[in-house]
Amino acid sequence: MSTVDSELLSNAGAPRGSAKAEPRGHRIRIGDPIFRGLATGSGIFLAVAMVGLGVVLVVDSWPAISGLGTHVLTTVAWSPTTHEYGALAALAGTFLSTLVAMVIAVPLALVIALLLVELVHPKVSRVVGTIIEMLASIPSIVFGMVGLFVIVPFMQDHFVPWILGTPLGSLPGIKPGTQFAGGGVSVFTAGVVLAFMILPFITAVSRDVMKMVPQVTKEAGYGMGSTTWEVMRKISLRYANSGIVGAVFIGLGRALGETMAVAFLIGSVYTAIPHSIFDPGTSIASLIALNFSEATDKLTVSALIELGLILFVITILFQIAAQAWLRRVQRATGGRA
Amino acid sequence: MSAVAPLPEQAPLRHRSVASRKAADLVVKVLSWIGALFGMSVMALVLYEVVIRGIKAWNWAFFTQPTPQDFMSTSGGMANAIVGTLIITAGAALIAIPIGFLAGVYLAEYGRNGRTATGIRMVANVVMGVPSIIVGVFAFAILVKPLQHYSGFAGSVALAFLMLPVMARTTEDILNLVPNELRESGLAMGAPRWRVTLRVVCKAARGGLITGATLAVVRVAGETAPLLFTALSSPYWITGLFGPGGYFGGPVSNLTKTIFDFAGQPYPHLQALAWGGALFIIVFVLGLNILVRLLFQRGKEW
Repeated sequence: MSTVDSELLSNAGAPRGSAKAEPRGHRIRIGDPIFRGLATGSGIFLAVAMVGLGVVLVVDSWPAISGLGTHVLTTVAWSPTTHEYGALAALAGTFLSTLVAMVIAVPLALVIALLLVELVHPKVSRVVGTIIEMLASIPSIVFGMVGLFVIVPFMQDHFVPWILGTPLGSLPGIKPGTQFAGGGVSVFTAGVVLAFMILPFITAVSRDVMKMVPQVTKEAGYGMGSTTWEVMRKISLRYANSGIVGAVFIGLGRALGETMAVAFLIGSVYTAIPHSIFDPGTSIASLIALNFSEATDKLTVSALIELGLILFVITILFQIAAQAWLRRVQRATGGRA
Repeated sequence: MSAVAPLPEQAPLRHRSVASRKAADLVVKVLSWIGALFGMSVMALVLYEVVIRGIKAWNWAFFTQPTPQDFMSTSGGMANAIVGTLIITAGAALIAIPIGFLAGVYLAEYGRNGRTATGIRMVANVVMGVPSIIVGVFAFAILVKPLQHYSGFAGSVALAFLMLPVMARTTEDILNLVPNELRESGLAMGAPRWRVTLRVVCKAARGGLITGATLAVVRVAGETAPLLFTALSSPYWITGLFGPGGYFGGPVSNLTKTIFDFAGQPYPHLQALAWGGALFIIVFVLGLNILVRLLFQRGKEW
């Protein structure tokens, strides 16, 4: 977004009729501290509100944390009727669907970024890049619907039967477990749709870091007689390596917390850890989304908020790691990242 | 001291024929194109499905009737949900744009590289990655639980929370692009700092600021998760500000939550309404997105 904005900005040009120095001295002297105070206050409000979010989550999940102890983190099933408030099945589903998404999205994003930076005319690159970026503005719920009505039937009728028929189908992790429900609604389907959702983010960051590779370095490679792929693999990717890792982290963080699309597609099986990527399961975010309004007693609500807290901590850790990593890269490349 | 640093030990060069190197190159180029075409066709597939299925639901009733109360009945539209979404989103914008803008001004003009500003910036960056469902839980905890009722306002607060860091960081980025000479000349004219900031710096950056704010609004307009247990949904029209049917007093119908409720129902009529709603959101979000880019990109050379 910021690259677009910087282009947009350049049309702003010089201001006309800018501030006249008015002789109303006292008003001026009051204006400055007031405005400064408002701005500073807003900045601090922002930080306090964000920290407040974490505090509120802890306070509101306290009944569950103190009442259930480590129960939540050591129990598999989520089943309030039998007094089980476990997060493990949901955690497993969250990480498995994210893993599927990353395995699909990262290579795809890299080859697309390669195309955008190295292979096509900048005009073509801009059009293709914009179309891929547009994926980022499709709301999650729409991905969920398209997934449910188009991709689920495709998976159930074509892809899953086909892949299970190949020798791959008997591998652990692919071979259907006891929860198997045809493979339409499954961790895999959720992961595939997640991959499309995070693709634009990973592509955009990868493209930007690949663009930072100095032209001279690449030209030196071409001068030695390298092919495009050799320059890409031995120069661009090496150079942009750490930036791409940052991009992967950003995609990872998004996939972990994605709610609506996953809620539609993952299958809402709350009681078991999926044995196979084609088994249905649940994720923390979708479990909260689907169960929150039905939770009536205080303990269940509090346990759901504790699940939220767990997800919050996980995504924050990934975010901090990504930020720290990208800052390191920024320093190493002289602030051009 | 004539020692030349010894060359780092290198793996012996593997000889590859030109043909095989060129073949590898071609394979990668083809893969890149396949990848890009695949990515674009996903976008095309989503648009195609939503347009084809959604347009069938777009009729007079869709834009004039409220959502059906009785799932069996085949009448009803999405009008109350559309109005509700607009109100909730506008409420979020009213909260987040001024605060986010001022926070961005602080970061760019006052805080700069100070410790406070760096801290705020870091917090904002981290929070931009917080899942929207968590923000929904937060708004539930501070507004719905203590007040004992759902409200459109709680939904606005949740959305505003998502907008705030985005708004602040884009404002900062855009203001940072304004050359310092402009600030200096303004100050040299004897204008106070705040007037220079608002009348010179922000005026110079207004195209970017408007774009940034619009994109921030567009980004939250299609959110569902923060509204699930804040604004909830309702089959009725919003009745005003207060009272059980009002913005502050009770559940407010909105597009995304209604789509979520209807899409999972086995009734074709409700599914059709959900697709119509999805099309409306896509048109709204992509339309504004493209519009604002076109509007403010046109005079780029100027």
